[in-house]
Amino acid sequence: MSEVLLSADNIGIGFGGLRALDGVGFEARAGEVLAIIGPNGAGKTTLFNIVSGLYRADTGRVVLAGQDVTQAPPHRLAALGLSRTFQNLQVFFRMTAAENVMAGRHLRERSSLLADLLRLPAARRANRASRDAAMALLAEVGLAEHADRPAGSLPYGALKRLEIARALATEPRVLLLDEPAAGCNPVETAEIDHLIAAVAARGIAVVLIEHDMKMVMRISRQVVVLNQGRLLAAGTPAEVRNNPEVIAAYLGLHGAKEAALA
Amino acid sequence: MPELLQFLVSGLTIGAVYALVALGFTLIHNASDVVNFAQGEFVMLGGMVTVFATAAGIPLPLAALLAIAVAVLVGLALHRLAIEPARGASAVTLIIITIGASIFLRGVAQIVFDKRFHQLPGFSGNDPIMVLGAAILPQSFWVLGGALIVFCGLFLFLERTLMGKAVLATAANRLAARLVGVDTSFVLALSFGLSAAIGALAGILITPITLTSFDVGTLLALKGFAAAMLGGMGSPLGAVVGGLVLGLLEALGAGYVSSAYKDAVAFLVILAVLFSMPQGLFGHRSVERV
Amino acid sequence: MNARWATLLILAAVIAVIPWFFPSGYYFRVAALVWVTALGAVGLQVLMGQAGQVSLGHAGFVGIGAYAMALGPKYLGLPVLACLPLGAVLAGLIAFLVGRPILRLKGHYLAVATLGFGILVALVLVSEIAITGGPDGIRIPRPEIFGWRPRGGEAWYWINGAALLIGVWLALNIQHSPSGRALAALHDSEVAARTIGIDVARHKLRAFVIAAVYGAVAGGLMAMMNGFVTPDAAGFLQSVEYVTMVVIGGLASVPGAVVGAAALVLLPQALTVFHEYEHAVLGLLIMLFMIFLRVGIVPGLATLLRRRPA
Repeated sequence: MSEVLLSADNIGIGFGGLRALDGVGFEARAGEVLAIIGPNGAGKTTLFNIVSGLYRADTGRVVLAGQDVTQAPPHRLAALGLSRTFQNLQVFFRMTAAENVMAGRHLRERSSLLADLLRLPAARRANRASRDAAMALLAEVGLAEHADRPAGSLPYGALKRLEIARALATEPRVLLLDEPAAGCNPVETAEIDHLIAAVAARGIAVVLIEHDMKMVMRISRQVVVLNQGRLLAAGTPAEVRNNPEVIAAYLGLHGAKEAALA
Repeated sequence: MPELLQFLVSGLTIGAVYALVALGFTLIHNASDVVNFAQGEFVMLGGMVTVFATAAGIPLPLAALLAIAVAVLVGLALHRLAIEPARGASAVTLIIITIGASIFLRGVAQIVFDKRFHQLPGFSGNDPIMVLGAAILPQSFWVLGGALIVFCGLFLFLERTLMGKAVLATAANRLAARLVGVDTSFVLALSFGLSAAIGALAGILITPITLTSFDVGTLLALKGFAAAMLGGMGSPLGAVVGGLVLGLLEALGAGYVSSAYKDAVAFLVILAVLFSMPQGLFGHRSVERV
Repeated sequence: MNARWATLLILAAVIAVIPWFFPSGYYFRVAALVWVTALGAVGLQVLMGQAGQVSLGHAGFVGIGAYAMALGPKYLGLPVLACLPLGAVLAGLIAFLVGRPILRLKGHYLAVATLGFGILVALVLVSEIAITGGPDGIRIPRPEIFGWRPRGGEAWYWINGAALLIGVWLALNIQHSPSGRALAALHDSEVAARTIGIDVARHKLRAFVIAAVYGAVAGGLMAMMNGFVTPDAAGFLQSVEYVTMVVIGGLASVPGAVVGAAALVLLPQALTVFHEYEHAVLGLLIMLFMIFLRVGIVPGLATLLRRRPA
């Protein structure tokens, strides 16, 4: 088995009186896709927000590449190799597509404030390098021809891929994708499907929240099922698919059929 | 002891005015998310219109009513002509619109009235009443009493009347309120009118003590805003408590520290509160949804 | 040729050419005031337009820069000119210290905190009469640049024009650099900016310090030009005017700040005949702009030109 890059253990958090998560955990391995599924309100996105440092958990531990990062702020986590996308788009709408991805190169840009102010060679080099990297990533997600369009003018499916390109620009070791295929048509979904497989093949640990069961069953190595803030089941897609509790709580008859066909 | 009592009374008096201004802020903010920097101009209008109306021979009670009516009209016009057309604009844009309105109203007041300071006679004379060795102006009781009536009236209105409940519903969730049939646009206009009336009343009550002129609004608006923040933006009770606390701190600061830095005391407190508990005394902690 | 150089070239051309059309020396003075005010506004554009952080206390830093020119020579025996960088460093340092807690706040809260800071600065300037001269203001000794003593509107026209050109150049550089992208990113989505590794607090603070330094330099130049400064330079109304300049010109645009500054400085000049109406007209214009031309003059014109086929 490959190396564990990200592990969350016994994560719990409450908002007011509500326990949003209780004793949840997972282990994401290099080069593998781990899917987190569960009905709406199960706490999937909250788990992402804790792991990526946006929320502070009441209990539990997050370990990234062997380092305890439970209290680390998001930008530190990014520097340690964690990157993510958002369920509700968090695109930089005032920028062009290319600039969005260039912003993702922030941690790789070796240019000081003084160099930027005076437009010294270091700043110009950083701009060029980021632009090149961004163009390559845009090509990879199929947005090369839209590079210089304002992000706000791109269709929804394109923005989903733009966020993935921006997240990849940080050169992450762990990538969290929050419903990357939500609202996409079947063609776009297939494209994202291939993209995720290609990313994992590079040795990146991918953690995926997704409602499209066909996609989940097809590309993930492990599946974690949450229900009402608790861990309902975990295992291979086949194990989860046949778990009666999961079928009862989440998949339902229709979903089970869909998953079996996949 | 008499000294302390003196400071406490003057602190509460001016604090009651801050509380009224803060209440006006809160009403409008709850209905629309707009922070109305022109709130202080309602106070100015209240004082100035009353001064000029009484000077023209109109009896004080009528002059006061006239002043409130003028302020309400201005408040409604502000909503209809400046806020309504800019719906959906960013917070900064709306702040600047109301600052523009404030400068405009001040400019107009300077033309219509004049640039001098004016005073009203105390409603019950100007002879101080001695209480435990402290000299208290009878007007202080007018201010405190007036403020108390406004607080109670507003509370009854919000909690006991259907229209008040519509205001509260709009504050809690505008979309949901609209879905259950609340005319949110009317609620917004109502909030502007109501907070203009409250502001004008504050101006009428305080003018015998502090004087008024065309430009008193700015600092009052800032302190009222500060009081609203101290109490936690959005909570009417917080606005009242915030205003009184601010007034007391200011009076004590002026009495025991330095009267030159009276205004500084208020802002230092605000900064301290914002840094240590950004949600204010009565506000709610919010979790940013992602 | 890219837009950055085009902007600089146009600005340089305007500065070089318009003196030909001045009917009298008085106009040099007014234009010099436009350039130096624009310099302060450009700094605020970096903070508000690029980083998206409101400041209703910008004039506080202008005041710090201006008073450094009076107090440095008087109490430290420094040459006036040396006080220009001194004031800038002081303003930057103060911004660095107060910025960290202030910039944690957002929206209205940030607005009122910066406003409080500005008012505190103005209050100190008004109240410490023994040091600052109080509300009446304080005199500033004439500067000497390598034996040359700039006098009159024309000298200051060129000095301030050059300073503005440098200021605009630096601000445009920032906008199109890695640092500028970080600011634009946190402006659009702080959450996303943090998850791609941007230390949001640090970058906001940088923008705040940059704005403060611009403000202080502008204040210093203005004070030297006038030979005099009063606490009004740091007042709330001044802060509001700076914000208005940036917003009217177009938040997203560096040259917009210059256009906005020109509008707000020239307007009262044009209205001196109707001195009484100055505030009413100013307030009305602010409202009209915010309601009907929200993107601001420069971006508004740009869209208009683009729409028309060339």
